[in-house]
Amino acid sequence: MAKVHQNFTITQKCELSAGYCLLHLKPASGKLPEGILPGQFVEILAPDNATMLRRPISIHFVDYNTDRISLLIRRVGNGTNAICDLPEGEALDIVLPLGNGFSEDFEAGATVILVGGGVGVAPLLYQASKLKDKGIRVKMVYGARTVDELVVAEAFKPYCELEITTDDASAGTPGRVTDSVCFREYLKEAAMVQCCGPGPMMKAVAAACKAHGVACEVSLENMMACGLGACLCCVEKTVKGNVCVCTEGPVFNIEKLTW
Amino acid sequence: MVKLNVNLGKGLTLKNPVLTASGTFGFGEEYSPFIDLERLGGFIVKGTTLEAREGNPYPRMAETPSGMLNAVGLQNKGVDYFIEHIYPRIAGLDTEILVNVSGKSVEDYAETARRLSLLENIHAIELNISCPNVKQGGMAYGTTCDGASEVVSAVRQAWPRHLMVKLSPNVTSIKDIALAVEGAGADSISLINTLLGMAVDVERRRPYLSTITGGLSGPAVRPVAVRMVWQVAKAVKVPVVGLGGIVSGRDALEFIMAGASAIQVGTANFINPESTIKVLEEIEEFCERQGIKSLDEIRGII
Ligand SMILES: Cc1cc2nc3c(=O)[nH]c(=O)nc-3n(C[C@H](O)[C@H](O)[C@H](O)COP(=O)(O)OP(=O)(O)OC[C@H]3O[C@@H](n4cnc5c(N)ncnc54)[C@H](O)[C@@H]3O)c2cc1C
Ligand SMILES: Cc1cc2nc3c(=O)[nH]c(=O)nc-3n(C[C@H](O)[C@H](O)[C@H](O)COP(=O)(O)O)c2cc1C
Ligand code: FES
Repeated sequence: MAKVHQNFTITQKCELSAGYCLLHLKPASGKLPEGILPGQFVEILAPDNATMLRRPISIHFVDYNTDRISLLIRRVGNGTNAICDLPEGEALDIVLPLGNGFSEDFEAGATVILVGGGVGVAPLLYQASKLKDKGIRVKMVYGARTVDELVVAEAFKPYCELEITTDDASAGTPGRVTDSVCFREYLKEAAMVQCCGPGPMMKAVAAACKAHGVACEVSLENMMACGLGACLCCVEKTVKGNVCVCTEGPVFNIEKLTW
Repeated sequence: MVKLNVNLGKGLTLKNPVLTASGTFGFGEEYSPFIDLERLGGFIVKGTTLEAREGNPYPRMAETPSGMLNAVGLQNKGVDYFIEHIYPRIAGLDTEILVNVSGKSVEDYAETARRLSLLENIHAIELNISCPNVKQGGMAYGTTCDGASEVVSAVRQAWPRHLMVKLSPNVTSIKDIALAVEGAGADSISLINTLLGMAVDVERRRPYLSTITGGLSGPAVRPVAVRMVWQVAKAVKVPVVGLGGIVSGRDALEFIMAGASAIQVGTANFINPESTIKVLEEIEEFCERQGIKSLDEIRGII
């Protein structure tokens, strides 16, 4: 699974609501690097020098049949805007695949709960499809502030049972993911919870898992400069001291964190 | 073909003038998926201290216009870990490997250098004198002539091979510091380390870095670095190694024309992992286009 630096052409771009954008990309070389793991990320150089440093973005989905990857990006600043403003047919300069991935080895028939908040659902789609392929039961809790942000809920449906929560009660169950009765029911049978979203949400999910004795992995989004383990900017404090999220993460078992 | 090899003296010869800046290139291995490390003149590994250090709390970096602030704070596993675990993996490479040495006391610096002197394939160390001097209330060694020459003299006793000393730009007269370290026994001088800076997240009403202030690097600092290299190269006799914001061959050539014998590529490695090779090839192309046979023809012409 060697890291590569190559150009990817935008084959399809979908502007979604709430400033989200879904990009489908194909490598200029024609071939994707082998063995991309769900939970890994890419580092994209924003076009036209919009930013100096690359921007880390999770791999949303990988299709080895067509050699395409997709990314789900929320516009929040210069880098994400410049990337999402590029039209179809243009190329992005990308380094990938980076970081580790979510655990995938569970007993057949086990249940895994995926919990995503906002753009944090991005790395969970590929994981949901991989788990389903392996005969693992997947239950998903998808939380957002409002219905506009539930941009990829349909995409998850083929792979899992889906529970939706919104803070403003505009769709699904009102409240936060950890308030949902469904989530608490799911916890009873789960082999593991795998979560990505805003910090406070991941901490609440981690606390609920601890209380129920359920294993839990979270995907962190620390600020990064190199994405390669060279600069030591992205560290998270763990039981083993400061470690790089870009190489030893972004996925961590909560037992390793000091939360 | 242009002749690119450089002799920095006291046993340090580079096949070309392109080195990497400490703290931006890990231990080289992080970049081996992207470039052939043996094409480099050499690489300088992460700042190493006598004992392991945890570094500063997160957040440690912020992007700024054409640059970045960092406050990594010398996180490393200590010199013995380097000797036992990292050196054996990289020592066989056909390129120069320099270890960047930091410390919190003169004794620390000297002891770290002494331990490294047992490693046959390390022909040079780079002394980072921008570290706070704990005895002097935390003021960096490299900000006074006395502090700078004290640490360089002590390491000179402990380290028999090539001693490169890296200067902090956060001083009133860079030339005076350069003369002091040359007098204390430096074989070459590299500059610049990061410029002290600060940035505020106004939405959250707090600084971006956990340490409030941090070190600025990247293209934003390049004109300051070129000016300082020019001033130092005019003043000292030992070779000067220039760095600060180099992204392209042209940037590197600015430093060489200002008097640098070699250059280091730092923050640019984060932007493009093949930056070092790009810089090298662009220097070659420039020389070919201008009919330059040796960099000596243009070094220090300003
Ligand atoms: C491993 C990893 C995976 C990620 N996956 C995705 C993804 O799939 N989709 C997506 O839209 N975003 C993802 N992010 C977050 C994304 O990297 C940032 O939103 C982006 O870097 C912001 O860049 P900008 O230039 O647009 O905004 P900036 O102008 O740089 O920042 C705008 C705002 O975004 C915040 N921000 C900046 N960088 C980060 C960061 N690294 N993490 C969190 N917040 C940040 C800033 O604090 C600021 O408030 C991921 C981050 C990491 C570390
Ligand atoms: C993330 C980071 C870590 C650094 N760590 C060190 C270090 O350990 N020792 C050192 O002497 N300089 C360190 N530096 C300074 C660089 O080596 C270099 O002097 C500076 O970044 C200017 O060059 P540049 O603009 O090309 O990056 C670090 C710089 C960065 C950005
Ligand atoms: S971002 Fe540089 S080490 Fe992780």
